Amino acid sequence: MRKPVYDLAGAVADIPDGATIMIGGFGGAGAPVELVHALIDQGARELTVVNNNAGNGAVGLAALIRERRVRKMICSFPRSADSSVFQELYAEGALQLELVPQGTLAERIRAGGAGIPAFFTRTSVGTPLAKGKEEREFDGQRYVMERWLKADYALVKARRADAYGNLLYNMTARNFAPLMCMAAATTIVQASEIVEPGGIDPEAVVTPGIFVNRLVEVRAPAQEERLVAEGVRYP
Amino acid sequence: MSIDTKVKKLTRQQMAWRAAQDIADGSYVNLGIGLPELVARCVPPGRHVTYHTENGLLGFGERPPAGEEDPDLVNAGKKPVTLLPGAALFHHSDSFAMIRGGHLDLSILGAFQVAQNGDLANWQAGEDAVPAVGGAMDLVSGVKQVFVLTEHTTRDGKPKLVDACSYALTGAGVVSRVFTDLAVVDIRDGHFVVLEIVDGLDLAGLQAVTGAPLHTDGTPGVLQAP
Repeated sequence: MRKPVYDLAGAVADIPDGATIMIGGFGGAGAPVELVHALIDQGARELTVVNNNAGNGAVGLAALIRERRVRKMICSFPRSADSSVFQELYAEGALQLELVPQGTLAERIRAGGAGIPAFFTRTSVGTPLAKGKEEREFDGQRYVMERWLKADYALVKARRADAYGNLLYNMTARNFAPLMCMAAATTIVQASEIVEPGGIDPEAVVTPGIFVNRLVEVRAPAQEERLVAEGVRYP
Repeated sequence: MSIDTKVKKLTRQQMAWRAAQDIADGSYVNLGIGLPELVARCVPPGRHVTYHTENGLLGFGERPPAGEEDPDLVNAGKKPVTLLPGAALFHHSDSFAMIRGGHLDLSILGAFQVAQNGDLANWQAGEDAVPAVGGAMDLVSGVKQVFVLTEHTTRDGKPKLVDACSYALTGAGVVSRVFTDLAVVDIRDGHFVVLEIVDGLDLAGLQAVTGAPLHTDGTPGVLQAP
């Protein structure tokens, strides 16, 4: 099925206040900067955001946080050299943080997309991050129960999409995106190019189009690290 | 406690070299951010080691020359890397299946504290900083063998090898060997067992900067590195 192609503003127009949004990217690699900026322009507030990190500099996710649109971050690593926006608002108590080990975060998202409400993992057993969670023993090992993670929307960046929503990514910019595409009710993809069906080798498809709902073509996407290095601030 | 100037403390480079000697040929290895990253350059010639990074890449190599960096091709420390022939790219769930499913042979990580029972604390020092865990808890609970590479004491001279961790744990009973600037120490049955000590320091001297009883299994060797 052909997926509707939107402009940036149209793609995010219906995101309501209070939505849970998964945003692809590992640091700047895979960060859908243009979609996040469109979301800032759109104005939705009280958002819960799932991302590995918590933004860099004064663009993208960091700008969304700085504009006080985010109520809660679910992430594994909110600290970096350029993450002062998150740190300030967190210190101020303006932002909740749910800290999740990176592999557990990935698996919770995958589980959300695969219809698996909970799973057990060794990760975090015996640590403060296991506090309050159900534990069980299997074959003599202790495991912690983790719940699935689902979202209302996912915003991800791809290198190439075909009109049916099949996706290819670029290098390590893939990271969480294929999982997030599965776990969101509405997945919005910005791709550097949208080609006709057949323009991606079926053997090479990374995200099958069934997981994708909306496409936006962003031909020369900004790279978050470059914007941060140049001191760009959005808006 | 300060260390005598006669003691031939290892530099960070030498510490990395020593740890690299214990990586077996054919291993799949994940190196933590910072000091452990130096290990890759010190693996003895002839051993083929494949490096894994959490953000979805197996088989990466050195940083590319200036001007050829690709911000979409980075390691877990967000530093630019290169693809070696035979490299593979994959998403985060596959990447952590490699970690959590026990497919990686070795992880070398830094530490705030290591306890004699193998407990590791390396993600949260105190309550005031913003907590950040990344993939450390997954690595220590899933990778077959976990080595720690760290200075023997903190900057203000407190032991990092302790009887019990006072900082929040990354994992319980997960570390098997510790490489420091003063010694190589195994963790066996809830004890620190000293394998090697640097020149100019004896067991009593090492004990004085260690927070738990040291044991030996024969006379410790001399820890030296080029």
